[in-house]
Amino acid sequence: MTTLTARPGADTAGPDQGRDAAGKKRKGIKSPYPLWFYMPAGVFYVILFLVPTGASLYFSLTRWTLFEQEFIGLDNFVQFFREQALVQGFINTFIYAFLTSGLKVVLGMLLGVFLTSQIIARGFLRSVVFFPVLVSTIGVGITFEVLMNPFDGLINQTLAAIGIQGPGWLTDPQWALLSVALVDVWKGVGLATLIFIAGIVAIPQEYFEAARVDGASSWKNFWHITLPLARPATATVVTLSLIGGLRSFDLIWAMTGGGPGFTSDVIASVIYKQYQAGFYGLSTAGNVVLFVVVAALIVPLQAWLNRGEKDA
Amino acid sequence: MRNTLWRWGGGTVAIVLSIVVFIVPFVFIFLTASKTQQEASLLEFTLPTQWAFFENLVAVVQTRDYVLLRAFVNSTILTVAAVAIMVVLSAMVGYVLQRRRSRWNPLVNGLVLAGLIIPPAVVPTIWVLQGLELFKTLPGLIAVHVAFGVPFCVLLFRAFVSTIPKELDEAAIIDGAGSVRLFFRVVFPLLKSVIVTVIVVQAVFVFNDFTYALYFLPGDENATVQLTTYNFQAQSVSSLNLLFMDILLITVPPLIMYIFFNRQIVAGMTAGSVKG
Repeated sequence: MTTLTARPGADTAGPDQGRDAAGKKRKGIKSPYPLWFYMPAGVFYVILFLVPTGASLYFSLTRWTLFEQEFIGLDNFVQFFREQALVQGFINTFIYAFLTSGLKVVLGMLLGVFLTSQIIARGFLRSVVFFPVLVSTIGVGITFEVLMNPFDGLINQTLAAIGIQGPGWLTDPQWALLSVALVDVWKGVGLATLIFIAGIVAIPQEYFEAARVDGASSWKNFWHITLPLARPATATVVTLSLIGGLRSFDLIWAMTGGGPGFTSDVIASVIYKQYQAGFYGLSTAGNVVLFVVVAALIVPLQAWLNRGEKDA
Repeated sequence: MRNTLWRWGGGTVAIVLSIVVFIVPFVFIFLTASKTQQEASLLEFTLPTQWAFFENLVAVVQTRDYVLLRAFVNSTILTVAAVAIMVVLSAMVGYVLQRRRSRWNPLVNGLVLAGLIIPPAVVPTIWVLQGLELFKTLPGLIAVHVAFGVPFCVLLFRAFVSTIPKELDEAAIIDGAGSVRLFFRVVFPLLKSVIVTVIVVQAVFVFNDFTYALYFLPGDENATVQLTTYNFQAQSVSSLNLLFMDILLITVPPLIMYIFFNRQIVAGMTAGSVKG
């Protein structure tokens, strides 16, 4: 921390040793772009993000009460991967992230193509699909908790009207995680759609015109033009929704609290539960696990997606 | 022929579907918020037999000694302060990061990416806040939001600064402007459009945030609106009408934002999707 907060000051001490282009042109004049501009934001970032992240590596190895800590080695991690409830949360995190991310990509792509085609009320439809993105997650969670009520909820009442016996969405251990994931998709698909729309609109029309001259079907248009050329949009949606899905907490907490039992727990909710229970070391170990999971998935994914882009 | 069918047929089907899937839940919130307690507990999607919208509104505001009003004040202070600090500080970073090539650039870029990807470590953050005596205080939560929000804002600012011609900077420097004046008087005003985008997107995010408030500003007395809703749910399951009135109230600010700043929100949220 000290080295980092000291960095802008240290640099202005030896101003612009011909390192930056602007400084070179006007020898002896201070750069008009001072490095201390980094500092105010850096203070917030370093103290409240970098320091805690670094400290978490140590505290995850302790039994910790905020006031005293006892070094216990890897015990927290051992416990994390031994206790059934915690392992379940670990697995659920992946299920939840891949499910929401996959659905958002597929549905977002379909909606994106549909909402850029020539249909009536495009503007209205785009607004309607996007609005849930801006609504409070807690509000959405509580609303759907009511709508998904197994007996009187609107969803099961509607299903009953057409002769289907709906499941206990949030009360059935088999369905709970899936139901929350579906609501997550409901809330988040608008963002994916918008990103795809931006990507599709940016494709030059010439490609489609050339394809039309060659007599390509709309399916071929989609498969050979839209899909490959909207690739940056796909990469963005995959990355964003995967990060969001792995970290997801508030919707799950508002809808099921990880229940029934611990069947819809994810790492983020385990972290909160352990924190509430006063196991700060274990909670922090959960944070480190989440950090490793996110990094292990996102960094290679990013590298892969970006490399593919250069090839294309 | 086929196109007309698609245009009207596809469009109509989509409108009906979108109403069922996306609008019905919001109508449900509104209807339940307008019902009496007894009727709301039936969870039905019907018009209220007896409209109690204003009674519920008054009741929910008065609940527990106007806790919701205080929460709205808190949320407003939080949103305005956090977003204001974030915008100015990130604009400074994005500006220097784009304009000046120094050996710090790779590090700063790396930290920005890290900030976007790494989930914050919760309990250690509480530990730091406690050391600063900011835990369970509004300034503490504001600082946390600034720290976690800066990376995203820096990305947007860096991209936008590259569209401002450097000749403007040079002209200002020749006219004798120092670096602080150059930034705040010349460049900052030119960032107006991206500033609006950042403000709107971050304001919606900070206002809607639940997780950070739950961790760093827990409790009931000094809560933000999202926490109040959550506590409300935990405490009074029986009065669904009031709970949904509360949800309706916290849905209104983002709705207003969306109506007025539709374009900016879309621009901010899809930033980077084309360039990758």
